[in-house]
Amino acid sequence: MEVCSENHAMLCNFDVLSLLRDIQAGRGQKKPNKHQTNLATITYETIQCLEKSWPCAGHTAEGVAAAMEALAPFGLTPAEKLQLINHRPSTAVEIQLMVEESEERLTEEQVEELLEVLATHLPQEIDDQGQEGEDMEIKEGDS
Amino acid sequence: MDAIRESLNKKFANKVVYKVGLCIALWDVEKIEESFIFPGDGATHTIVHFRYVVFRPFVDEILIGRIKSCSKDGVHVTMGFFDDIIIPSDSLQHPSKFNEQEQLWEWEYEVSEEEGVHDLPMEINGDIRFRVVDEMFVDTTPSSPEEANPMPPPSSSSGVPAVHITDQGAKKSPYTLTGSISEMGLGMLAWWN
Repeated sequence: MEVCSENHAMLCNFDVLSLLRDIQAGRGQKKPNKHQTNLATITYETIQCLEKSWPCAGHTAEGVAAAMEALAPFGLTPAEKLQLINHRPSTAVEIQLMVEESEERLTEEQVEELLEVLATHLPQEIDDQGQEGEDMEIKEGDS
Repeated sequence: MDAIRESLNKKFANKVVYKVGLCIALWDVEKIEESFIFPGDGATHTIVHFRYVVFRPFVDEILIGRIKSCSKDGVHVTMGFFDDIIIPSDSLQHPSKFNEQEQLWEWEYEVSEEEGVHDLPMEINGDIRFRVVDEMFVDTTPSSPEEANPMPPPSSSSGVPAVHITDQGAKKSPYTLTGSISEMGLGMLAWWN
């Protein structure tokens, strides 16, 4: 087996959650059968975690895309945007955590604006933050 | 196609790949090359290029987990699907102290000069927000038998049964994250709401 690219792309929690829900429901592929206990376990546990601790359960694909577009003018790095989408911060102190040197890079009005952008595009269900799931590419033989 | 999906998911789901991360589920298959049949082997062998969803938080990322246990050395956090997250005692909010009676860590938060300090406990099962500060991979591929199980010294005349039966390698986790909560906004979610 050979890893082509360790981190091909970053996925937000919402992407991961929709993929896992598809797997559980058997959309587009077969449901995990009794031999795939590992897949069934990780799918179940990850869905539980994402739905309970992270705000992504109420997000929509359109909302996430719109939020990404609205975040573009702030000059944030992809990693920072990912965290903002995943955690959906609702207070300024959370933004400080996720954006490096936010005091210098963002004015107070911009922070307010950021919070508002996130609140409009990503409806709130749970008042948490979080993130998980990065995608990558593996090359592999012997399948 | 289904067979390839199934075997990839069987092979990687819920496993840690060294220096890559915890594999969750297959994302898509990009390319399937020709299949081979080897003499003396009933199976077909195919080279497949695919993408997999992997849990691999980057250093400095903020995550949310649940406290699994506390000990003098620090706090053990779980995310449900991933358990090996440690917050060492020196990365807790400052100043913190360990409550021996409850076996919990407490943040001695100073409210104001007059009111003094409030002890904010870190309860088991509470939601906690932390920053990833380090990641560690351990290569758990089987090593040579000598390395894995050093032979006990042959002098058994002392009569002391000093043979370790437990396999130390079994306890190593392949992927461990180290967290920190020593910043504003980090720690128990209840503290900041």
